[in-house]
Amino acid sequence: MNLEDICKLLQATLLTKNNNLKKVVHSAFSSDMMSDVLAYAKDDSILITGLCNPQVMRTAEMMDLAGVIFIRGKKPDTTMLHLAEDIGLCVMVTELPMFNTCGKLFCAGLNGGVSLDA
Amino acid sequence: MPSLHYEYQVSGDDFTRAGEASSDIKNKLKQMGVSPSAVRKAAIAIYEGEINMVIHAGGGAISVEILPDQIAMELIDHGPGIADIGLAMQEGYSTAPDAVRSLGFGAGMGLPNMKKYSDEMTITSRVGEGTTVSMVVRFE
Ligand SMILES: Nc1ncnc2c1ncn2[C@@H]1O[C@H](COP(=O)(O)OP(=O)(O)OP(=O)(O)O)[C@@H](O)[C@H]1O
Ligand SMILES: [Mg+2]
Repeated sequence: MNLEDICKLLQATLLTKNNNLKKVVHSAFSSDMMSDVLAYAKDDSILITGLCNPQVMRTAEMMDLAGVIFIRGKKPDTTMLHLAEDIGLCVMVTELPMFNTCGKLFCAGLNGGVSLDA
Repeated sequence: MPSLHYEYQVSGDDFTRAGEASSDIKNKLKQMGVSPSAVRKAAIAIYEGEINMVIHAGGGAISVEILPDQIAMELIDHGPGIADIGLAMQEGYSTAPDAVRSLGFGAGMGLPNMKKYSDEMTITSRVGEGTTVSMVVRFE
């Protein structure tokens, strides 16, 4: 699925401009711990998180993630969104809670973005 | 062959700004045309180190040297030091307080991850004096 499909499926609001919405994503990783994202997420995957601080954008930047989905209506502030735009990260927010967000994406074919080796 | 040197001061009081040095280093490597996989390895390793510096050591300094075939990164702080480096290197070992965990860090994964993504890593530390972490990532 591409980022646009994901946004529609989650009835999410897109928060960043100039995104490559046709970018295809094969995997997703969900966590509120950036430590775990840094240790396990695959590149080009999408991060689903309930944590909302600038280090979420920084983590996504270092890991070469395609985008970030904030759950339960957690909306990043403008500083965070500017950072995301500088990085070229697609950011969206959904009202759905974590479990439902992950469940919908899993049923739509996304797989866990876990890499257990470097 | 010429080498490029860059120095960064990392503030210990501003968690929101942590990662700026790592971001700058990552962009420099990208602009130089280093392979995306090597850029990613270096970026993850230095970012983990930068975050550690902010959350455990009250900030510090990062210096990097970029050569045609590798980047050498050194993180120097004057924080509390690490008493048992072997223990600190174990996955899951963390002394981070709950306040750090609520910011999304403190799972005890950073140092093992730095080891995983760098090609060489050495830590020297003295309790009460500080810590120096040196890492090399080779461009394949
Ligand atoms: N620069 C440092 N100065 C002092 N202590 C450090 C430093 N870096 C790491 N440590 C110590 O080593 C421990 C393990 O570090 P590591 O980066 O693996 O985990 P963490 O930072 O606690 O959590 P995570 O990296 O998963 O967010 C830390 O909890 C801390 O006690
Ligand atoms: Mg750490």
